[in-house]
Amino acid sequence: MIQLSHLQKLEAEAIFIIREVAATCEKPVLLYSIGKDSAVLLHLAMKAFYPGKPPFPLLHVDTTWKFRDMIAFRDQTASRLGLDLIVHINEEGVRAGVSPFASGSRLHTDVMKTQGLKQALDKYGFDAAFGGARRDEEKSRAKERVFSLRSAQHRWDPKSQRPEPWRLFNTRKGPGESFRVFPLSNWTEKDVWDYIALENIPVVPLYFAAPRPVVRRNGAWIMRDDERMELLPGEQLETRMVRFRTLGCYPLTGAVESEAANLTDIIAEMRASRSSEREGRVIDHDGSGSMEQKKQEGYF
Amino acid sequence: MAALAKLKGQPTPAGQPHPANDQGQNTEGSARALLRFITCGSVDDGKSTLIGRILYEAGAVFDDQLTALDSDSRKFGTQGAAPDFALLVDGLSAEREQGITIDVAYRYFSTDQRSFIVADTPGHEQYTRNMATGASTADLAIILIDARKGLLPQTRRHSFIVSLVGVRHVVVAVNKMDLVGYDEAVFRQIEHDYRKAVAGLGFASIDFVPVSARDGENVTSLSALTPWYRGPALLPLLESVVVVAEAEVEAGFALPVQWVNRPDLDFRGFAGTVARGRLRVGDVVAALPSGRRSTIARILAPSGDVSQASAGQSVTVTLADEIDISRGDVIASVAHAPVVKQELRARLLWTGEAALREGGEFILKLATATANAQIVRLHHSVDIESYAEAPAESLAMNGIGLATLTLDRQLAVLDYARSRELGGFILIDRLSNQTVAFGFVETRRAQDKARSTAETGGAARAVLRLVGWRGAQERRAWFEAASWRLASCLFVAAAVALTTGQWALAAALGLSDTVLRPLLKGLHARLWARRAPPALYDGAGI
Repeated sequence: MIQLSHLQKLEAEAIFIIREVAATCEKPVLLYSIGKDSAVLLHLAMKAFYPGKPPFPLLHVDTTWKFRDMIAFRDQTASRLGLDLIVHINEEGVRAGVSPFASGSRLHTDVMKTQGLKQALDKYGFDAAFGGARRDEEKSRAKERVFSLRSAQHRWDPKSQRPEPWRLFNTRKGPGESFRVFPLSNWTEKDVWDYIALENIPVVPLYFAAPRPVVRRNGAWIMRDDERMELLPGEQLETRMVRFRTLGCYPLTGAVESEAANLTDIIAEMRASRSSEREGRVIDHDGSGSMEQKKQEGYF
Repeated sequence: MAALAKLKGQPTPAGQPHPANDQGQNTEGSARALLRFITCGSVDDGKSTLIGRILYEAGAVFDDQLTALDSDSRKFGTQGAAPDFALLVDGLSAEREQGITIDVAYRYFSTDQRSFIVADTPGHEQYTRNMATGASTADLAIILIDARKGLLPQTRRHSFIVSLVGVRHVVVAVNKMDLVGYDEAVFRQIEHDYRKAVAGLGFASIDFVPVSARDGENVTSLSALTPWYRGPALLPLLESVVVVAEAEVEAGFALPVQWVNRPDLDFRGFAGTVARGRLRVGDVVAALPSGRRSTIARILAPSGDVSQASAGQSVTVTLADEIDISRGDVIASVAHAPVVKQELRARLLWTGEAALREGGEFILKLATATANAQIVRLHHSVDIESYAEAPAESLAMNGIGLATLTLDRQLAVLDYARSRELGGFILIDRLSNQTVAFGFVETRRAQDKARSTAETGGAARAVLRLVGWRGAQERRAWFEAASWRLASCLFVAAAVALTTGQWALAAALGLSDTVLRPLLKGLHARLWARRAPPALYDGAGI
């Protein structure tokens, strides 16, 4: 018998889940959010259907506040792999002038991300959307199913989740209902980086330390990625060696000071770290149940 | 940061090709076998507190999470100003408000000795199905017992479910020892009661640890308050448990087909996760339930083309012949193949809101196959207190019983004890789409086994072993071969009769020719199957 390593087991499990969706859902889509988890997810999807291509497109819900490096990387990746990429922007939100600065993180995330995602799923009629979320990220995610059923209104009901014994997923759903599917449920941040290193998966350069223009705001290093971010009185733009542990909208994502400029250093730094990767995410700190609430409203 | 600075001073191996995954983990000393365990107990036994405590002590709680814990503890906590570790794992608002666990929470942590995935499962009876879910992939179960309360009906229920889904190792954590003054007599009484209660459940090991999850006594290191306790503390115990290997698989392999991969006209592959055994390029295989045969031409693993693959790997295989195979079929070795059945006898754990009744029709999902199933008979239910079987007409939620189901199509299955993948199934309600039962296939009835040993003598049993039991693949192959021999044996008999004129001799030779060659073939198949994967099966000149 060939003994499978921890990563090989996780890989096999994720591939199984991805294929199960392709086999049982009508119109799946891969929610591609450009970060490291999405990179791993996409890599696994390519493997699952090799020598064919994944039988579903990529969807990016663009809040218009992503780092420029992320957008460039997104377009490169789609063309490198020859996959269809759908970019959806909540135009109503744009017209209403919603932004992280003017509206605050909570409203911005709700309108541009959650509502934007629902619009896109409804517009194209997707009945299953892959996400790269992991259970180790956040407490309410630890309770999430691999196949998470959402109502026609995209709501998540944490109290009536279906049991998932063994690897048997109940993929039946009623009209209008859809699934959010999380093939990386059992991966940890360390597993993700180990796998990226092992498989040599390209990731956005923002994960690696480099001199970048940042300001200290609300206790976090925020990178000024474009002119839309105005400096407040007393704020000073500095150039520091920083990198990002997670990537989101640039005004809402704190950088960490680091010298880790390659994968080996990143993995070493993560091992020594005493804070969780989502520490830099402003949206997680809106209240201790806030992620759960956002998920109930339809957020991934 | 000091550790970082030290690392930076060293020459980094950046840019070098990364070592293979296995080696990489070994060299770091982290390739310790993964242990998946669950915690179960009654409401308020302190499960979440225990898990929170273990995570905290194992250093798996980050500083920013501790800060959040402090503020949450003041808001929801039950421990006054002290941190309430249960809040680390009870992630849902409803759970925090009510102070109970509703849903399975999965947590990931590792120590220097081992990595762990823990499923914190709910104690409340209403959520028993969630407990069974957590148990279905676990190697070990921690059963919590409140030292003040002793064994409760839930303790017996949980132990039974844990054994039903095939968990072989149990650690009984007798919690809240602080509230009984760390009294040895209380601990010993619970140990005695528990051993007696689960005597018939067939666990491979049962360990007992007296703990106080709240105060952290005997969790990561031995407590000074229990000098009478001779065993290890809980976490060191988990680090050292050796999981008994699943009943070592016979050479037979099975690949439930999940997805037919046809990117173009030149490629037709069958993708899935190997459920058991090992397959190699060149192996003769049968597609079940049709029984059509072919040979494995290519095996594509996640790393590319490989010559062999084994249980747990996700692969895509191509076959030498164009045979009809679709999702739900099983590609299997010819020897030790799963049995093809249209009627299943199975234990059911009922999880539906509405009770089970005979005649009910459901959708059955087993491995990658789906069928319509009707429950034609409920043989008995199992009493959760005494574990005794009693006649029953229905099963309420959380009830366990033995039933016979008929299917609208044939499925390849194995006994649950031999394969969780091909022996475990779920039943789905057609209207609500809810999962209403977990099923555990029993392919060999107890009385069948008893009858076969009682009624058939030693010689007959030997033949039976060779030709297979009724319905087995071996027996079908044997009959096939024997009938195929018929023509040539008639020819042999005729030739002998004509040349010697002795009809008796002719008949004897003809008959032995019919029987002996297939028997020899069967014998060979058995012998080879026991060793390397079967190389040559057909056309071996019989």
